[in-house]
Amino acid sequence: MDNLKEINYGEAIYEGCYQEMENDDSVFVYGLGVDDTKGHYGTSKDLHKVFGAKRNFDIPLSEDAMTGIGIGAALGGLKPIYVHQRMDFLLLCMNQLVNMAAKLRYMSSGVHSVPLVVRAAIGRSWGQGAQHSQAFHSYFMHVPGIKVVAPTTPHDAKGCLIASIRDKNPVIFVEHRMLYSNVGYVPEELYEVEFGKGRVLIEGTDITLVGVSYTVTDCIRASLALKEIGISAEVIDPVSLSPIDYELIRKSANKTKKVLVVDNGWLTCGFAAEVIADLGINCKDLDLDRMGYLESPCPTTRVLEDGFYPSPESVAIKANTMCGGDSNWKPENISRKEINSFKGPF
Amino acid sequence: MKKFDVKKAYSLFYLIRKSEEKIIELYDTDKIKSPVHLSIGQEPVAVGVSLALDKKDIIFSNYRGHAHYLAREGNLKEMWAELYGKVAGSSRGKAGSMHLSDWSVNFMTTSAIVATAVPEAVGYAYSQKYQNNEGVVICYHGDGAVDEGVYWESINFASLHQLPILFVCENNKYAIYTHQDKRMLGDSIVSRANSFGLKSFRVDGIRTEDFFNAANDSINNIKNNSGPILLECMTSRWRDHVGPGEDRHINFRSDKELNDAITNDDLKNLESLINKEDVVTIQKDIDSQINDAIKYSEDSSFPGTKEITDNVYG
Ligand SMILES: Cc1ncc(C[n+]2csc(CCOP(=O)(O)OP(=O)(O)O)c2C)c(N)n1
Ligand SMILES: [Mg+2]
Repeated sequence: MDNLKEINYGEAIYEGCYQEMENDDSVFVYGLGVDDTKGHYGTSKDLHKVFGAKRNFDIPLSEDAMTGIGIGAALGGLKPIYVHQRMDFLLLCMNQLVNMAAKLRYMSSGVHSVPLVVRAAIGRSWGQGAQHSQAFHSYFMHVPGIKVVAPTTPHDAKGCLIASIRDKNPVIFVEHRMLYSNVGYVPEELYEVEFGKGRVLIEGTDITLVGVSYTVTDCIRASLALKEIGISAEVIDPVSLSPIDYELIRKSANKTKKVLVVDNGWLTCGFAAEVIADLGINCKDLDLDRMGYLESPCPTTRVLEDGFYPSPESVAIKANTMCGGDSNWKPENISRKEINSFKGPF
Repeated sequence: MKKFDVKKAYSLFYLIRKSEEKIIELYDTDKIKSPVHLSIGQEPVAVGVSLALDKKDIIFSNYRGHAHYLAREGNLKEMWAELYGKVAGSSRGKAGSMHLSDWSVNFMTTSAIVATAVPEAVGYAYSQKYQNNEGVVICYHGDGAVDEGVYWESINFASLHQLPILFVCENNKYAIYTHQDKRMLGDSIVSRANSFGLKSFRVDGIRTEDFFNAANDSINNIKNNSGPILLECMTSRWRDHVGPGEDRHINFRSDKELNDAITNDDLKNLESLINKEDVVTIQKDIDSQINDAIKYSEDSSFPGTKEITDNVYG
């Protein structure tokens, strides 16, 4: 294992991007502030100093056109990576992503490809409010012609980014802000994490927990609390949201017979609905449930915000109930240091 | 610098006019089962601009694109087969009239959503500069497209990065039936574009040669690193916005406006500049090409339904 090193999620994205830029001259990065001293959580820091300004550049606040410009550059043989500080801003890009990026291959009967990567930061920390916290992965999962990935671990962040850059299709790459400091072992070399392949992160026999991006960490923490009371929860990280690794989830469901999907988004027409529909159609005699954002915009004040999102506690409580446990049971307070230590400023 | 080739201009113009007249003639048979936006009346712009282009230049068109495609000397048979929704079509029936494309002549798949392919054209120009490629990008769009925010975002970026792109605004004064006066204060597309640092010119001609001269100068300047240029090409749409019909009954413009444009038809002018024998030969040749293309389309088969989900992903 001497080619492994321990780095965090943000560093893993930087490393994957850097190495693939070295490997392929057609890769370039653009977005608001990508070449400032912060370099989007360090993920694009100083890339222009190494690769030149045409390969890592700041842009006007023109999300709509800048998406089309990335698509056009991709049509011209380049591999653009468009970085967004918040996924909320992608709503200004929808026409380009849905009407153009997703369809140009189809409308040209396979003559053209759009190898565009759109990196979008999602998520809470504290106080991000209704317009700086949303995750729209489900919107994009709805669109044929677009792929969606939401890696949770540093290993998958690097491998998914490289796979996304090399993929011929437009890819929405979802990265949760509270994952950037997550540390893990990452191979030093270039490697790809395959689309459409999920992972069992913790094996278990009593119930299956499926998370999305940051809620995978909620599921892991919940499973540790559940273990204390004798419940063995299997935790699945789907990694790739479009395509979804249904086989992996079905296999686990058939083993545990109970599945709780914990989305990092609203429930209606979302990832959880999709997974549960698949399980309902393809498996028998399952107990199914789901959690996600409450059906409201995200409130700003911390006490409401905490209730709005799933948490390790709320996941553990629901899972315990599904396993026939006491509905008054509560796990000991489960610390989330990345949230607790967060102090802003944004 | 290229010279204006009257014969070639006439022949392309005639090809476009006759092809679209054939569409009108056949439309009632409902063999073209999708919308068509005809360019009749606007041919001088497409022909003039195309004659100034090289093989390496890249065209981004829009849903009103037959003239752009045929002036680019695209494949007539494949275009017709595409209109017919057949496998022999340039996109096996998945594009149709509104998304016509053919990469063998650098004619990019395009958009039916107004102004939506404009940033793609700019992005393509970025890739040309990035890779030091020859070839200027031509971005055709209507006067309605400049109402969209994305248009100006795109213009700003093209200008900021001094990209090799020529914007060709085909100003037929209308977005469907809505006059430019109802959509913006003042008649100011050129001055707006100029304020973004883009060199912009209005071409008030009715003659193909005027559009050719403007495009030829512009392309030449762009090749000599002038940065992007916009040509506002004043023109006139003779038929309805969409479909094969006329639109006089809708009363959104005066008869005189339309009659004047028709009286000034440059097809007749170009014809008068060529000797009679050549005219006859060109017409005969093109008429038979069109008939062949239609027969070819009729004879070609429809795609099988298993093709529906092909090419969603690569
Ligand atoms: C974003 C968008 N809004 C509205 C429409 C409906 N629409 C189709 S063509 C058109 C007029 C566009 O006018 P212009 O750009 O001048 O082009 P022209 O049709 O005159 O060639 C409109 C409003 C559309 N296709 N896309
Ligand atoms: Mg118009």
